[in-house]
Amino acid sequence: MIEVDNIHKSFGDAHVLKGITTRFDKGKTNLIIGQSGSGKTVFIKCLLGLFTPEEGTISYDGKIYSELSGSEQRNLRQEMGMVFQGSALFDSMTVEGNVRFPLEMFTKQSVSEMQDRVDFVLKRVNLIDAHHKYPSEISGGMQKRVAIARAIVMNPKYLFCDEPNSGLDPKTAILIDNLIQEITQEYNITTVINSHDMNSVMEIGEQIIFLKNGIKEWEGTNKEIFKTDNKAVTNFVYSSELFKKVRQMYIEERN
Amino acid sequence: MNYIASIGSYAIMVKEVFKKPTKWGIMKSLILKEIDELIYGSLGILIFISFFIGGVVAIQTALNITSEIIPKYLVGFATRQSIILEFAPTFCSIIMAGKVGSYITSSIGTMRVTEQIDALEVMGVNALNYLVFPKIIAMLFYPFIIAIAMYVGIFGGWVAGVFGGFSTSADFVEGLQLDFNTFHVTYSFIKTLVFAFILATIPSFHGFYMKGGALEVGKAATTSFVWTSVVIIILNYILTQLLLG
Ligand SMILES: Nc1ncnc2c1ncn2[C@@H]1O[C@H](COP(=O)(O)OP(=O)(O)O)[C@@H](O)[C@H]1O
Ligand SMILES: [Mg+2]
Repeated sequence: MIEVDNIHKSFGDAHVLKGITTRFDKGKTNLIIGQSGSGKTVFIKCLLGLFTPEEGTISYDGKIYSELSGSEQRNLRQEMGMVFQGSALFDSMTVEGNVRFPLEMFTKQSVSEMQDRVDFVLKRVNLIDAHHKYPSEISGGMQKRVAIARAIVMNPKYLFCDEPNSGLDPKTAILIDNLIQEITQEYNITTVINSHDMNSVMEIGEQIIFLKNGIKEWEGTNKEIFKTDNKAVTNFVYSSELFKKVRQMYIEERN
Repeated sequence: MNYIASIGSYAIMVKEVFKKPTKWGIMKSLILKEIDELIYGSLGILIFISFFIGGVVAIQTALNITSEIIPKYLVGFATRQSIILEFAPTFCSIIMAGKVGSYITSSIGTMRVTEQIDALEVMGVNALNYLVFPKIIAMLFYPFIIAIAMYVGIFGGWVAGVFGGFSTSADFVEGLQLDFNTFHVTYSFIKTLVFAFILATIPSFHGFYMKGGALEVGKAATTSFVWTSVVIIILNYILTQLLLG
């Protein structure tokens, strides 16, 4: 569980996060939604410790990050996995090399132990015959799978995903969303996902917070989001023409 | 003010590079890869350029000797001096700023814009140590290729001088051996080592701290080339004043 208490983050004059307080539960897919530029990436980078908020605290299962020593922070970081928006795979390494990298860096496992673990996670994300390919040689969906495999190879307690299905076709996007949800439940991970995709909201939005201009406008579940009266949220939810039509039909039918 | 801030962040970066080292097993392979890329990969172009510049220096010197009083061995002497003192260490380093420097800036810059550096940092890897340290160590081998460039440059001068009919082999070699001051070679290699450090770190700095996307990677590579060259030229002046002045 991650608890965020009143965090603020600015870059120069730009006040990006303006006092966000929320909680992300274990074993659930927690969604952060909002328009582009609303501060989702900055928020997730604060959760990762890549950015330090000027104000407020973030605690991970009771451990407040800013109160930990350097080495404790590093240990905590090793319990985190991150799937970046563009996958951020290392171009110079094969698929296998990418997934093996954290093990090589931080464990004393033997070559065969590492190989077993790499094979296991790649199989878990349904990648079977791409072990020796380079990131540039595989599709966007496969790259995302590799990124997920790399993020979970160290058995993280916390998993962060920045728009994991951006740039994917809708079908692949749902597969990736479902994969993240399965892994979250299987290993009881605290997962936080940035998204601006309504499909993700419907598919895996167990807990949702809606950000607007660095402020938490709304929170709830994907059942509640369609019933809310919050103008900003409904604008976001029904920003797609398809959803607008569906809603129109729903209202007409009801009357 | 901006420049001063940049110098400050550069100094902080250099300090950071030597902190929290990466596992030796991994570092070793990174260093070997960089030696292959930065040193071995530059050998060809430096040999090519040195040979022809050496030749041109010899021809130019010969053509400018019009008076009968000036001894014939001057062609060899001038070629040796200009190659060892300036051409090999300084001119080659400017070429390296273009070749190796832009490669370093664009490869690190690409890692920055595609969030690969963030990925390293999230894992708890000291990205500066991981990316820059192997380049600094690889560049410690830079004086070796500069030594080769010196030989080839002088050889190029000899070929052009002798086969172009500007000097006899005996005169040329006499010039090469005349008043040979070993400190000049020391001075040259001190410069080379300093430039090696500059060639590894300034382009890394421009790549590591860049912002933006693919377009900015190209711009960063250009800026990095300009600054690396400027710093090399200024340091060349300062070191010459300190060591020979
Ligand atoms: N490193 C940074 N320096 C300065 N401003 C930034 C930085 N990162 C993000 N911002 C600004 O913060 C705001 C929110 O960005 P971001 O979190 O990337 O939005 P989102 O991910 O929701 O699309 C944007 O206005 C952006 O320009
Ligand atoms: Mg974003």
